[in-house]
Parts: sequence; structure tokens; C-alpha cells
Amino acid sequence: MNTVMLYSVLTLGIVAAGSAIILFVVAKKFRVDEDPRIDEVTALLPGANCGGCGNPGCRGLAEALVKAADKGDISGLKCPPGGNDTMAAIAKLLGLEAGEMVPMIAVVRCGGSLEKAPKKVDYNGPNKCAVSVALFNGESGCPYGCVGLSDCVAACVFNAIYIDPVTHLPVVDEAKCTACGACVKACPRSIIELRPKGKKDRRVWINCVNKEIGAVALKNCKVACIGCGKCVKACPEKVQAITMEKNLAYIDTNKCISCGLCIPVCPTGAIKATFEPPAPKPKPQPEKEQKSEPNTENAAQ
Amino acid sequence: MKLKTFKIGGVHPPENKLSANVPIAPTGVPKQVSIPLSQHLGAPSDPVVEKGTAVKVGTLIARKGKAFISANIHSSVSGTVVKIDDVPDSSGYRKPAVIIKVEGDVWEDSIDRSPDLVKEIKSDRDAILQKIEDMGIVGLGGATFPSHIKYMVDDKRKADTLVINGVECEPYLTCDHRLMLERTEEIMVGIQIMMKAAKVDRAMIGIESNKPDAIQKMQECAKAYKGVEVVPLKVQYPQGAEKQLIKALLNREIPGGKLPLDVGVVINNVGTAFAIYEAIQKNKPMVERVVTITGKNLKKTGNFLTRIGSPATMLLEALGETLPEKTTKIINGGPMMGKAVNSLDIPITKGTCGFVLVDESEALRAEPDFCIRCAKCVGVCPIGLEPYRLEQLSNRQNYELCEAESITDCIECGSCSYTCPSCRPLLDYIRFGKANVMRIQRERRQK
Repeated sequence: MNTVMLYSVLTLGIVAAGSAIILFVVAKKFRVDEDPRIDEVTALLPGANCGGCGNPGCRGLAEALVKAADKGDISGLKCPPGGNDTMAAIAKLLGLEAGEMVPMIAVVRCGGSLEKAPKKVDYNGPNKCAVSVALFNGESGCPYGCVGLSDCVAACVFNAIYIDPVTHLPVVDEAKCTACGACVKACPRSIIELRPKGKKDRRVWINCVNKEIGAVALKNCKVACIGCGKCVKACPEKVQAITMEKNLAYIDTNKCISCGLCIPVCPTGAIKATFEPPAPKPKPQPEKEQKSEPNTENAAQ
Repeated sequence: MKLKTFKIGGVHPPENKLSANVPIAPTGVPKQVSIPLSQHLGAPSDPVVEKGTAVKVGTLIARKGKAFISANIHSSVSGTVVKIDDVPDSSGYRKPAVIIKVEGDVWEDSIDRSPDLVKEIKSDRDAILQKIEDMGIVGLGGATFPSHIKYMVDDKRKADTLVINGVECEPYLTCDHRLMLERTEEIMVGIQIMMKAAKVDRAMIGIESNKPDAIQKMQECAKAYKGVEVVPLKVQYPQGAEKQLIKALLNREIPGGKLPLDVGVVINNVGTAFAIYEAIQKNKPMVERVVTITGKNLKKTGNFLTRIGSPATMLLEALGETLPEKTTKIINGGPMMGKAVNSLDIPITKGTCGFVLVDESEALRAEPDFCIRCAKCVGVCPIGLEPYRLEQLSNRQNYELCEAESITDCIECGSCSYTCPSCRPLLDYIRFGKANVMRIQRERRQK
């Protein structure tokens, strides 16, 4: 009995000691040195793993940041949900300058609500925008508009977007949106765009992505951009932020000064802003008014 | 006698062949046609006419594109080209089309319009192939694959059998059935031409046993022709799919990603056989096709010989009916594989087999429930895929696994959605996943 015990203890002991030696040698020889800064940087990041930076999760960005820090420049890397504060903290840790980032927000560029773009047919298939769009042009008949089946809502990890039950259009919650861009990728019709938040949250955008000619677009939706070009003319001469391409106006965010002069001239009301637009001005005094407009508006706020 | 059929999967939906006894009638000439530039599988054709060009019936209006798979398009009416503009197709998206205002009904002089049967085949094989290509013949079974490519057989890829598809397994549709009854001799001569083109001396015509009159007439007629055999088949959907039909007739299986020619078979629809007869013997391009219009709420149903490009509303006018009030869904094609359309104001193309008007009791889908893992969809899949799994993978956009599970082999027959007791939209997701996987594969090939 005793010998049995002795032998088993001995065998196991030898196996254990042997394994310990092998493990020790392997651990020494194949040791991977991980930069401790990666963990520190990961701790500073929001931890949402949204992928908005283009890296696989927050740790992916941390690795990329540390790698870039070794080269001496991290200005190309950004964390959209974290914003400038997070990047400043990381830059301080790594002892480098962070790149300045313009705060962005997701903007839904479609005004085809149930009222403005009434349903012509009923869709009776799976509740997924991507599937519906592959099958047909949409319930309202607009081949560019929102189909309202909430692929963007499913894509958002911050719960920052929801479908308005009255209009059936997605609405972005400004407080929660981190501009990670997940909804932009999810939208099969590329309606959602990331645009700068703008000074004092003032931003103007064309609330339509329809490229059809005016008459065709208007048949399906009362608030479609018809490509008339009035907004292009209304835009102050020095600014020239609005371009017209394929019957669709587009406001360049780098040039736009958010004066809002284009809003009242739009015949269909396809231009939308986050502020109260200026009242339509009588014709005789356009030039002086245009120049002073942005300043007075800003001051008023 | 036990009838032949395919072995794996399949369903048997109610046949509802309401228009089976209605003879084919011409719809007449519309006031205006819009002929889409992309009505075949492959690249769109390039228009060779412009605004103001006068055309006759049979004038070439669009030449096949530079891509390998493409087809010519001919004018189906005589008149003047109004414009080349985008018109909504059956999906509602606007696609380029040639719009022609009709003036009279003048045909190209080269077309033989007499109803006489021309039996003697004068053209040699090269001339036949060239003519099939020139006349813009595409497969009329639904996929609209340009026919001339199918007959490109050589020493490396030889065919031994020509299979003619007279199955028409879709419920409601009867255009092929009527064609077999009324144009029997013409189809037989067409088959002789196709046999010559494919360099084969055996042809098999598969017809489902729910069309006894067509089987009998075709069998009687086939006696006079050497090497043609008419085979009655057990009624089972989707027997009209090429893989299933070849399995049923010849017991040969086409591996995934391969073509019928890889197992020595050339396969075409009876409608195509008739079109090839007209192209070779009568010099007539593909300007007309038989379209079924049917539905339980219609007082009359019909099979109409319609000019390509005429609006689908013409079919109702030809019936002398208006759209029934109860109609909730209009299906372009059969109820199993067809797609619902927004309106009947869409042009009839080479691939339009028919329209089915469905009322509320049958049109709406039930609310989908959870998958109960009954595996009925696996049982009925004629390819042997696992639809429930493909649906999940496609929904999660896991395209790598979709590809590994052979989603591209799906023939989109819809048997899985039809049989699902939880009413899950299996095929919708599989179609979506398949389109994405095919896009990824294309991009990979281009790299």
C-alpha cells in the first residue's frame, strides 16, 4: 500500500517538476514584451469598442497610438467618441501633441416624412433596410430616401439614434452621438453623413440626397431638392459653399459660415438648420445685409 | 409507371393554372413602348439610335455591350424614337430605356411574316450561331441568359444531350403550356436547329404530368423527328430549375459553381425553342413574347402575345378588365420566384413570364416567429443547403461563413420560405447574403 502511494507521489512530483522547468524555460525564451503604455492608454479610452476610429476596438487604437508614439507623431489618430479631452490626456501620457479634432455629429439628410412623402405601396418583407432597398425603391417611391426600417438604430452602440414614430425618420440625439460613424456605414442609401458640429452648434445642411430631376423628385416627396440652384445664388459671394451636382445641392462644411441665407430661398424647404433662419429679405439691399449677416446673428445668440 | 423527378427536396404548391385553357391572343400594338436597355443577364446594351430616328419592327436599336455576356435589342414597333430616358423597371428603380412613339405597324422587309411552317433547315451551324446572337435571343425561362453563349461547344466542352424545359413548375403561369399546345411543330423545328447548333443527336423535353394535353400533343409530334423524346415528369417544384430538370431527366448532378455544359448538357426553355425557330427560319428578332395575366379575382385570365416594351397595363386592357379592387399585390413572374411590383406601368421585357394579381387573403405575409429548429427548410431545399443557418449568417452579415456554406449555390426557388411553419422570410435574407457574397467574390477576382 505504502509503495503504491510512494510511487504515485514520486511520479506526479517528477512530472510536476519537469513541467515547471519546461514552463520556466519557455516563458523566459519566448517572452513577449508588451508595452505597459498600451494598458494605460486603453484605460483612458471610452471602452465602447465602437470602431469609429477605424481600429478593431479601443485596445486596437491604443496599440496603434503607442506604435505611432514611438515614431513621434500621434496627430493622425483620433478617438471620435472620446473627443479632444481624451486625446489630450493620452497625448500627455505619451508626451506628445495630439491632433486637433473638429467635433462631428451624424446628420440625417432626408425629410421624406410620412406627411411629406406619403406611402404609395406597403412593404411586406423583413425589417431590414438593406434587404428592402435591394428589392425595390421604397414605399414612398423615392429611390434615394430613407426607408425607415432602422438599420442605423441597430448599428448605434450609444443609443443615440431612434426612429420618430410620427415621421418615420431617424433622429439623432445630439447629446449621445459620438460621431463614430457606425450609422453612416449601416445606411444602405448613404443618407447619414458626419458633419462638423459647428460653432455654437450652428449648422446648415441640404436635407435631401435625391439626384433625380426636379419634376420626378417632387412627384414622390414635397421636400425634395429639385436642383433649382437658388441656394447657390443666395450663398454670399465670398463664401460660395454650395455646389450643385446632378440636380442635388451640397453644402461644403469647410466653407459654410452658417449664415442661413440659403434657407428662406429654397422653394421646397429642403434646407435644414439647427437655428432659426433669417427672415426672407426684400431684394434691394442684398449685398450689405449678406456681409453683416453672420456677425449679427452670432452676436444675437 | 413511376414518373421521373429529382430526388432531394422540393415542394408542391397548389397549381392554380387558371389560364391553361385560354388560347394565346395578340394584344395589339401599344401607343408607345419603352424598351429597357438591360433586359437580359449581363451587361446593358449600347443604344445605336437617337432621338428622332425612325424605326421599323425588327430594327436593331441597341447592340450588345462589350462584355462577354450581353444581347442585342430590337425595336418591337414601328415609329420614331422619342428619347432615351430612365424609366422605372419592375423594382421601381429607374433604368435607361429607349422610348418609341408608335406610328403604324411596318415590319422590316427581311422578316417573313407568313404563318407557314418552314421545316427545312438551310443554315449551317456557324450561320445559326451568328443569327441567334444577332437576333438577340435570350433564355425565356426567366433568367434571360443570352442563348448564343450556351451553344459555344467545342472539343473540350462537348455536349451529348439537349434538354428542353417545358416543365413550367411555377403555379399560375401557363405561357409555356399554351405555346407547346399551339406552336408544337414550330417548337420541334426549333429543337432540330438547337440540336444542330449544340452538335448533339439527342433531345429530351421534360413536361410535368399536370399538362397531359401538352404531353400528348408533343409526343405525337415528336414521332416525326429523329432523336426527340418527350418525358412526362412528376409534378414537383422547382423542377423547372435547370439543375433539378437535368437531375430528373438524366440523373446527372451539376457540381456547385458549374454549368450544365460541364456535364454535357445544353438546356433551354420551350419558349426559347420557338424564338430560335422564328429567328432562323423566319428571320424574326426577339420582339414579342407570350405573357400570362392571371389572378383569382379576375373574371377572365389570358395568355397574350405581347410586344416587348409595351406597358403591362395593356394586358388588362386586352382582357377587357380593370384592376380588381381587392388586389393587394401584383407579382411579376410566378408566385414562388416572382417579385411584387409597385404598379402595372412597367414595360414588359424579354424575361416577363406573367403577372399574378393576388388579393388580401393570400398576399400578406404572416408575422415571422422564432425559428423552432424543425429543419423543414433543410428537407425541402433542392440543393441541400441549410436555409435557416444561411438566414442567420446573412442577417449577421457574416459573409465568410455564408460563402463557406455555399450560399452562392442557392437557386432562389423559395421552397424554404414556402414551407417554414414560423413564416420566417428565409429567402429574403438568403438573397441579400448571396448578392453580397457574389459582390465580394467579384471584387476578389478583380484584384
